[in-house]
Amino acid sequence: MRLLQIENLSVAIHGTEILKQVSFSIDPGQILAVTGESGSGKSMTALAVMQLLPNGAKTEGSIRLEGQDLLNCPEAEMCALRGASIGMVFQEPMTALNPVKTIGDQVMETILIHKAMSHAQARERAKEVLTRVGLPSDQFSLSRYPHELSGGQRQRVVIAMAIALRPKLLIADEPTTALDVTTQAQILDLLKGLVEEYGMGLLIITHDLAVVSDLADRIVVMRHGEVVESGATAELLHNMQHPYTRMLFEASNHQVTLPQPPQPRPLLEVKNVVRDYRLPRKRLFGVPGQHRAVNDVSFTLNRGERLGLVGESGCGKSTLTKAILGLADVQSGEIRLDGKPVFSGHTPNRDVRRKVQVVFQDPYGSFNPRHRVARLITEPFYLLDAPPTGAERQDRIDEILAAVGLSPNDASKYIHEFSGGQRQRIAIARALIIRPELILFDEAVSALDVSVRAQILDLLAELCAAYDLTYLFISHDLSVVRTITDRVLVMKAGRIVEHGETEQVFSDPQHPYTQSLIQAAPTLPEIGRSMAKPIC
Amino acid sequence: MLRYALKRLISLLISLVVASVVIFAVIEVAPGDPASFMLGVNAQEDTLAALRAELGLDGSKVQRYLTWVGGMLVGDFGTSYTYRTPVSQMIADRLWVSLPLALYALTLSTLIAFPAGIYAAARRGKPGDLTVMGATQLGIAVPNFWFAMMLVLIFAINLRWFNAGGFVGWDNGFLAGMHSLTLPAIALALPQAAILARVMRSSLLDILGEDFMRTARAKGLSRRQALWRHGVRNALIPVLTIVGLQFSFLLAGSIIIEQVFYLPGLGRLVFQAISARDLIVVESVVMLLVFAVITVNFLVDLAYAAVDPRLRSRT
Repeated sequence: MRLLQIENLSVAIHGTEILKQVSFSIDPGQILAVTGESGSGKSMTALAVMQLLPNGAKTEGSIRLEGQDLLNCPEAEMCALRGASIGMVFQEPMTALNPVKTIGDQVMETILIHKAMSHAQARERAKEVLTRVGLPSDQFSLSRYPHELSGGQRQRVVIAMAIALRPKLLIADEPTTALDVTTQAQILDLLKGLVEEYGMGLLIITHDLAVVSDLADRIVVMRHGEVVESGATAELLHNMQHPYTRMLFEASNHQVTLPQPPQPRPLLEVKNVVRDYRLPRKRLFGVPGQHRAVNDVSFTLNRGERLGLVGESGCGKSTLTKAILGLADVQSGEIRLDGKPVFSGHTPNRDVRRKVQVVFQDPYGSFNPRHRVARLITEPFYLLDAPPTGAERQDRIDEILAAVGLSPNDASKYIHEFSGGQRQRIAIARALIIRPELILFDEAVSALDVSVRAQILDLLAELCAAYDLTYLFISHDLSVVRTITDRVLVMKAGRIVEHGETEQVFSDPQHPYTQSLIQAAPTLPEIGRSMAKPIC
Repeated sequence: MLRYALKRLISLLISLVVASVVIFAVIEVAPGDPASFMLGVNAQEDTLAALRAELGLDGSKVQRYLTWVGGMLVGDFGTSYTYRTPVSQMIADRLWVSLPLALYALTLSTLIAFPAGIYAAARRGKPGDLTVMGATQLGIAVPNFWFAMMLVLIFAINLRWFNAGGFVGWDNGFLAGMHSLTLPAIALALPQAAILARVMRSSLLDILGEDFMRTARAKGLSRRQALWRHGVRNALIPVLTIVGLQFSFLLAGSIIIEQVFYLPGLGRLVFQAISARDLIVVESVVMLLVFAVITVNFLVDLAYAAVDPRLRSRT
């Protein structure tokens, strides 16, 4: 008997079809990955198995756990199954834990709610599972609160809660998407180890094909609520039948060709920059501590060059970006753009400020929803002494929208009328409209689906050729940085630990930290690469 | 936790000092001389001077401020210009009505609002929710003195369960005292309960949408268990703010209700003192109310920390 058997599962929410005839199965000890882009129905499939679909959802077909029909299971019985027979791990470890309860209480709750053990035994069991997931109780006491742990540690707590009663099936919904590459590698290892040790079935949902190919026994590819292709991992990667699978694969490892950078002429010079943050006082009248977010950083960005900046969260990337933008003063050191300091005294230098623009990560949160596109993208005009007006202004809007692949008619629309990828195009248009000397891309493609990301990377390559862009590309995604930059800086704990030609650094990393980053990053296997066809 | 409490305590003391200076300054710059008000326009200059000296109005401003604050620290609020009785005694008499009334009303309001808010949130969009929301809409829209009059009409005049007004005093026993404060407390509590229920509902609805509620359900908790174990405590944080504000309001802002029920409370005392330019009484009552508000806020801050561990570790 199959551990989990889903047959012709269809889900509609308030009449809108979300899943159509989805079928797949998982055996004990097997890892099945469901992959696809956002909106493909991956998470809904998982929630359907848990019977935790949003209100107004109607389901058809069948979901069987060891033969037991879950779709027609009464709610009380489902409560008995959730947590005991099916465990679930969620994407956002920062919010998946109750902030006002200790981690011990939260792990114990899974055990106590199912009345599986006495209180004292539950406590012992909680210690045991927390130790198993890498949080030994002598270092991570049960009385800690979630806010006292890092993202990776919280995800371990969530996993401990899910496996406390050794469920037969574990569902992990994008369990590593919010984590750094090295933490991601550790969490994936942990999940794999647990499957081997407990003989659980693992249903892992991820948009990251590289993660999938490394981990899963079988892959299910979904699109628009339907399964387009499924099969054993090696076989599926060798023999991709569906064009969508091939497109996903190609887009995940999309390569662009950048024009040759011109002869080096310095544009941005960062010299011995130090930025400290004040820490909370340890004692009531004690001297507050300092956290050095950026520690003696120096580099030069040449005109027409594309420079990458990689590092894990908290390494000081964002602080450095803010300092270059003139949004945060530095304690010592100097930042010069085109020979002029970014700060004159302690105030940002307007002459320099108008030469730098930025594109942020979140295409949904970085626009005022009440303004039309024309107003949004012309905002940087405020930095100019004589901004274009009338027909000239209109021409600039039309030109820049065309340059990023949108239509001049889009100028009169509001931001909610656009998809995530289109919004990021608008963000690029906003950055480009005053022809800045330098653009900062702060995780600009991290929130996008792989196919959209590939299109934006193509757009950047085109714009490099058309406008001689100079940019600093900040990202935690090594594969993107590898293709879109000429040189790269690797940052760790506020310092630049390695820098050099991008290809050189990636193929022959010198610093142990760079080596560990590159090793931890999941990669697509060669077999798939040779099969993938370029995007049509 | 101790450090957090100590920090809040220091901020409480600073607020009190600043408030006392502001109150003193405002009353000082207000036009009108209590001595000439008491003696009338035809009073002789030397009589006025003598009265000013008696009232302690002749020293320098700093001296008078220090005397006033120093007196308050040992419970001496000065002597009322109009009644010639110690202000502390006048305030104490009124406080024995106003404070129990405020606490009574606040207890009622919380007892009504919490279950109503939680009930409505758990049944979002269903008839139960709509009924509660409709009732709270009414509670906010209708002024409390109208409630007061309706309560008097029904329970005092028709049913004769309660007196229509007045306060029997605590000498007749605790229950008798509470009995005579019941109608005013209900009239005060209803609009506050309506506001609090809405805050509780919306706060809980926000929490119900949080990821950790889904985690709780994935562990096997039923909807109800998840709501009680993980929802309510998280939802309390904004609710506590409103409870603190309501207590301050109930203590000083019940003047209309005191009027309707003819209760000798603080609100009426301030009103009468302002009309009579009895500035020392006004000063003292206002200072007392500020003290009450700041203390309540301090307690609310401590309650936050008790509810939310993140605040305990923050400075």
